[in-house]
Amino acid sequence: MDAKPLWLLAELTYKCPLQCPYCSNPLAFAGPRFKRELTTEEWCRVFREARALGVLQLGLSGGEPTLRPDLEELVRTAHDLGLYSSLITSAYRLTRERLAGLKQAGLDHVQISVQGADAELSDEIAGTTSYDDKIAAYHYTRELGFPLTVNVVLHRRNLHQVRELIRLAESLGAERIELANTQFYGWALHNRDALLPTREQLDAAWRVVQEERARLGPKLEIVWVLPDYHEQYPKPCMGGWARAYMTVTPAGEVWPCHAAGRITTLQFANVRDHPLEWIWNESDAFTRFRGDAWMPEPCRSCPRKTVDFGGCRCQAFLIAGDAGLTDPVCSLSPHRPLIDAAVATAERAASEGGSAPVEWTYRAAPASRTLAAKG
Amino acid sequence: MSATVPRLHPKARLQRDEVRQRDVLLYPEGLVALNATGAEILKLCDGTRSVADVAAALRQRYGAEGIEQDVTAFLDGLAAKGLVLYGR
Repeated sequence: MDAKPLWLLAELTYKCPLQCPYCSNPLAFAGPRFKRELTTEEWCRVFREARALGVLQLGLSGGEPTLRPDLEELVRTAHDLGLYSSLITSAYRLTRERLAGLKQAGLDHVQISVQGADAELSDEIAGTTSYDDKIAAYHYTRELGFPLTVNVVLHRRNLHQVRELIRLAESLGAERIELANTQFYGWALHNRDALLPTREQLDAAWRVVQEERARLGPKLEIVWVLPDYHEQYPKPCMGGWARAYMTVTPAGEVWPCHAAGRITTLQFANVRDHPLEWIWNESDAFTRFRGDAWMPEPCRSCPRKTVDFGGCRCQAFLIAGDAGLTDPVCSLSPHRPLIDAAVATAERAASEGGSAPVEWTYRAAPASRTLAAKG
Repeated sequence: MSATVPRLHPKARLQRDEVRQRDVLLYPEGLVALNATGAEILKLCDGTRSVADVAAALRQRYGAEGIEQDVTAFLDGLAAKGLVLYGR
């Protein structure tokens, strides 16, 4: 198969002032594996190699990418290469001057997260007072003429605010709002019992999304990322393993998705040791599940294998214990009862008093070190 | 419609994709792969030419008749995705 990458997610740092309990960064982000961040020159080389491989879309993410003082230089290099660059930021302490400088450097698009529709809930979920910074940055972004995406991760504690969140994005003049139901990896999996919503919550939110789509038409694109635990079939994760997408982590490891580093049975190469082309074409992590020759039953003989590519390798590893199995979300997987049990726990918690305070672990360096030490 | 002036939405950018030997239209979180004619139409959409002007320019280059319908359909498709704006 002639797979060439289109997307590169550059995780510039795992430092972040926010502490969202569903963070997609590794639980062990504070550990030695991620410590030695790539230099400006190394990132620029990665961008050049990525572009030569076929990458056109670049996400500048983290952690909090604006903590990198060389962000402007990285953006300028990406722009000169012809990459379409998106800044994916919390907007914590992000000034108009910084955004203007990034615009000048050639940044194409800004995505700013918000954790809830009002300051009280947003700041509680983020674990850091940040809502007012976000609102200010949304306005700067529009004033400077950037296309704007409002990003929200949805879960049990904020799904009831979907209408308010869409109206917030509408009032800001955003192009898109991404309503991303929590996917359970990393911190989100650790905090799953506090985050997993009920069927009723999801159905209500989905009705609102449909109403608002009908009302707004093309004025605001409303992206709804499916809550896969409540689906019958798995998501077509990353459009298939190592087909179009790669993540480069702060210290230079390259992963087929931003959660894949957790799979201990794969060997990940580093841009410090290998050219990106070799990593994409030859490395263990990228070749192991490319195509469909690796597939076991029930995927192998399933007509849906060209639709969902067997689902998510990370989920197979984390839930079923083997990255080479069918995604346990699939109703045909023998491991589906493990997903059903998690959903049943969420439903039970809701029926026994949904207003009980939610216990979760905030994403922070001390917690990361403790969890990493536990394995 | 043929008198209206089409232009690319500022969020979209035409880009040559040398690796795949084609032009693409890039926008937030997505892209549209273009064939040679599509790319040429968009390059002609400079904010001053009307749809009729764009079609006339193509007709002049290739001598093809009845091209205006195709141009309109192509641009309407991109406008539905919010990537092309009409108006002056």
